Order: sequence, then structure tokens, then C-alpha cells
Amino acid sequence: MTATAVVPGPDQTGQAAWPAPISQVRTVARLVDVTKRYGAVTALDRFSLELHAGEVVALLGPNGAGKTTAVRLLLGLIAPAAGTVRVLGRDPRDSDARTRIGAMLQISRVPEMLRVREHIDLFRSYYPQPLPAAEVVRLARLEGIEGKLFGELSGGQKQRTLFALALCGNPDLIFLDEPTVGMDIESRRAMWEQIRTLSAAGKTILLTTHYLEEADLLASRVVVINKGRTVCEGTPAEIRHRVSGRRIRCVTQLDLDWLRTLPSVSAVERDRDAVVIQAEQAEPVVREMLNRDLKLSGLEIASAGLEEAFLALTGGDSQ
Amino acid sequence: MATNAITMAPQGLGMSYYTRLFSKEIRYEFVRLLRTKAFSFSVIGFPVMFYLLFGSMNRGGLYARYLMPSYSCMGGLTACLFGVGFSLSMERAQGWLELKQASPMPRAAYLGAKLVGCAAFAMIVVGILLALGRTVGGVVFTAPEALRLTGVVLAGTVPFTAMALLVALLVPANSGPGIINLIWLPMGFASGFFMPLQYMPHWVRVVGPWLPTYHLAQLALGIFGMAQPGNVVRHWEILFGFTLLMLGTAWMIFARMEAKA
Repeated sequence: MTATAVVPGPDQTGQAAWPAPISQVRTVARLVDVTKRYGAVTALDRFSLELHAGEVVALLGPNGAGKTTAVRLLLGLIAPAAGTVRVLGRDPRDSDARTRIGAMLQISRVPEMLRVREHIDLFRSYYPQPLPAAEVVRLARLEGIEGKLFGELSGGQKQRTLFALALCGNPDLIFLDEPTVGMDIESRRAMWEQIRTLSAAGKTILLTTHYLEEADLLASRVVVINKGRTVCEGTPAEIRHRVSGRRIRCVTQLDLDWLRTLPSVSAVERDRDAVVIQAEQAEPVVREMLNRDLKLSGLEIASAGLEEAFLALTGGDSQ
Repeated sequence: MATNAITMAPQGLGMSYYTRLFSKEIRYEFVRLLRTKAFSFSVIGFPVMFYLLFGSMNRGGLYARYLMPSYSCMGGLTACLFGVGFSLSMERAQGWLELKQASPMPRAAYLGAKLVGCAAFAMIVVGILLALGRTVGGVVFTAPEALRLTGVVLAGTVPFTAMALLVALLVPANSGPGIINLIWLPMGFASGFFMPLQYMPHWVRVVGPWLPTYHLAQLALGIFGMAQPGNVVRHWEILFGFTLLMLGTAWMIFARMEAKA
């Protein structure tokens, strides 16, 4: 972990009882050595995370990695089996400790018979110092659909309404749990823009995602998580550097074992009639293959997908 | 010099904050129920339709006089089971409750609004049935009797909401409506909502007095001189005890779920 290694006790006064770190990093929320189990499944395993004022942190990981569990702990929705959860210096299990927090969660359905305007009005009433309703509508780009029933909205509009609810209390700290899941690319871009606007306004944001691209575009820091543990963490550039491999797919007669001997190739698999090759550098591999197999067809080259990224990051421990 | 943790002192949230929050929660709960046609039609529609049918057939008769209070109790029961039981189990399953819990909303506001929303619907049913009783049913009653009926049904929403709370915790959301129908219909029959128990098979007469709905119906019927011989205080005691039992069990189950969550 970066920043302070010192674990503070419950410090109700909020004054620093330990030395300030070198930079004027201010910790907004922290999970310290948190373990959370659901039955036999360990969702988080001695997991630690710190959020500093003003940063956008992306928790990146496959389904079931423990991302949502981390968010739920920070929101006080669940209690850890071991470890400490602190948000704005308090235990988020206390309802009045959540007045400066906003959350967008993965929800299957919202009461459909209330209008967008009414949902916003209701959520604003939960907070002592809410944002003006017009401001919430503007930030979440809901102009023109405030009067619609939630049930009448399109998928993207529903997500934007949930986003609006996260902003109602004018929070300092915002949790976005897979905010763009199920969105088309246009809505996704719009949502990214909105998240950037919030970040520019100085909000601290924790975002969970399983899209590498999303983490790359939005986050100032990426924490890659798998099986309840931190796999690695760093700036998006640092993460991208570690997963820069490519995926080559083609139909070829070439021998698989021979392909494995090519430079920078990390894995070769047969996928129905095609062959899938993982390689750090695609160009020399493809050049060599085209030279050797004139009948090679169906060539595709793609950036490493998330699964491959995890293979690279976790040394094949992803599945 | 910066502190290295941003903290928030526990702030006292004032009366006006809570008043505003509770009133909005209640208002929107009511609006939501009203717009949910399946709910408003079945809770208001069934007793009204039945009364139009059976009450008008017995205009001026004892049966028309009997059904007015008994269907009022039925309105209270279905309002609570569907309005609290079903909607709570759905909102829990769909994650909506969780989103609310992630906000500073106090739990009491959520549950309180559900109770008040259903009570309001029960009042609407009572109001309509009183009007129909007077007109279609030719029932003669005084204003204090009407007020007492309203009060009894209102009081009945408390044990019914407690029961609905338990149902919401136990019943999976998808099977909610089916199971709730399985609960309220037999309960209604065995409690004499549809006809006096003395006309029912023997075993129903045995089961009836074990149900809270029976005791509420007896209290409501008593106002109009239609109750079976019984002790009014005893009926209230049983309803009170039932409420505690339901709330206690619901609390135990909830606490166990919390501990596991």
C-alpha cells in the first residue's frame, strides 16, 4: 500500500494522532486487513485499500473478485469478519456517518411507479445539505426526462438516474459500482464524461469495473483485485505496461509446439479450427507465421483481453 | 499543516430534517402504491366489488350489515400483506433497499412509511365500504360507529404489518404474490371475513380463533352488533400478543441475517 502504513485506531476527534505523511495526502476512507467470508467463500482476504482526497481509484477485477464486497463494506452495508473499515473517520455502519457519501450500486430494479423527479426529491431529503434538484438533473444529464416514470426509461437513462441519486447529497466521496455495466458505447462515454466532471470538482471517487479501458480512462490509480486480494496497483500507465500482450487468432497448419518457440509467445491454444496465441509482441510472430504458412487465414490481432491481462498479472492464477 | 484523515464529526440532525424526510418518504410510498394498479385495484377493488355483489343482494339485511365491517378488515389485511410484505421482499431482492441503506436514511423512516402507506389504503377501503354500506347495503349506523370501525381497522394494520414484515423476510421475492394469496385468502375465510363462522365447517370454526384476523374481525363486527359472544379486551390482548410475537420473530431472523451479511 502507498501512503500511511500506520493503522489508526477509532479516532473520533479526527485529529492526527500519528505523524503526517510526506505529501499532504489526506485519507478519506480505508479498509485495513479486511477479511469477509460468505459461507465457505472468502470474498476478501486481508484486503487493504486507502482512498485519498480528490483521487479517482478504480478497483479492477473479474466477476467475483471482491470488488462489490469492498464497496459494500465501505458503505456500511455489511460488517467485516476481521479488519477495520473507516470512512471519513467513522464507522460507516452508523447511518448518520453516511451524510457525505453517495453511492451507485448494481440494482436490478427500482420502484418503477415514481418519476425521476420524485426519486431525486426523495433522496435529497435523506441528506442534511443536498444539492439543488436542478443541479442534480444537470449533472446527471436528465434534462427533459424528469417527468418520466422510472419504468419508462431506457437502460442508459435508468443508470443515469441511479447516478443522479448518488449525487443528491452533494457527497465528498462517491462509490460507483460498475456504473457503465450494460450500457451502449455512447451512454458509456457520456457517463465517463460525467465522472470526469465530478473528479474535476474535487470529489473522491471509488469506481469498480471489469473494463480495463474504463479504469485506464478515468482512474488516477488502479487497484487490480482478484480472489479477494490485491494483485497489483499503480497508475493506469503502469498497469497497462504490465498487460501489454496481444492475442493472435488465425487458422493455420503450423505446429503448435513450433509456435510456442517463437519469440515473446507466452501461450498457444487450439480454439475449434483456429489457433490462439498470446504474445508480448505480435508483429514478429505474425511475420514469421505468414512466411511459413502461405495458406494462413482468418487472422485477427487484438489487445490482451481482461482475462489475458489477469493471466499476465497473476501468473496464470486467475481461474 | 494538513490532518492526514478527513473526518466528520457526528452532527446532530435536526427535527426539521427528520420531519421532512419522514413526510417525503410517506408521500412517495403512498403515490407509488396508488400508481401500482395491481396493488390499488386488488386492495380497494376486491372488497368494493364483493360488497357491490353480496351487499346489494342483501340490501337492508343482516348480511349487508355483517360484510361492511368484515370487508373493511379484509382491506386492512391485503393492504399490509401486499403493500408491506410483497413490496419489501421485492425491494430487498432487487437491491433498492440496499441503496437506501447506503444513504443516511434511518430504517424507521422506511418501515414507518410502509406502515402509514398501507394504513392510508386501509382507510380508503373503510371509507368506501361505509359509503357503500349506507347506500347500496342500506346499513344504518351512527357517526361514532363509523369512527370506531376506522379506528379498529387502523389499529389492525399494526399486527398485519408486523406479520407482513415476517413474510417479507421469509418468502422469496419471486413467489411473493402467490404465497401472499395463499396466506390472506384462507385466513380471511377462517376469520369470517366472507361469512360468519357458524355457517362454516367445524374445523374452520376451530381454526378461526387462532388467527389474529378473527379477533380483529370480531372487534369490528362488535361495533355493529354482529360479533359472536366474546370478550373485547381478550381480542385486543391477543392482537397485541400476536404483534409482539411477529416483531420478535422478524427481529430474530433479521439479526441472524445481519450477522451473516
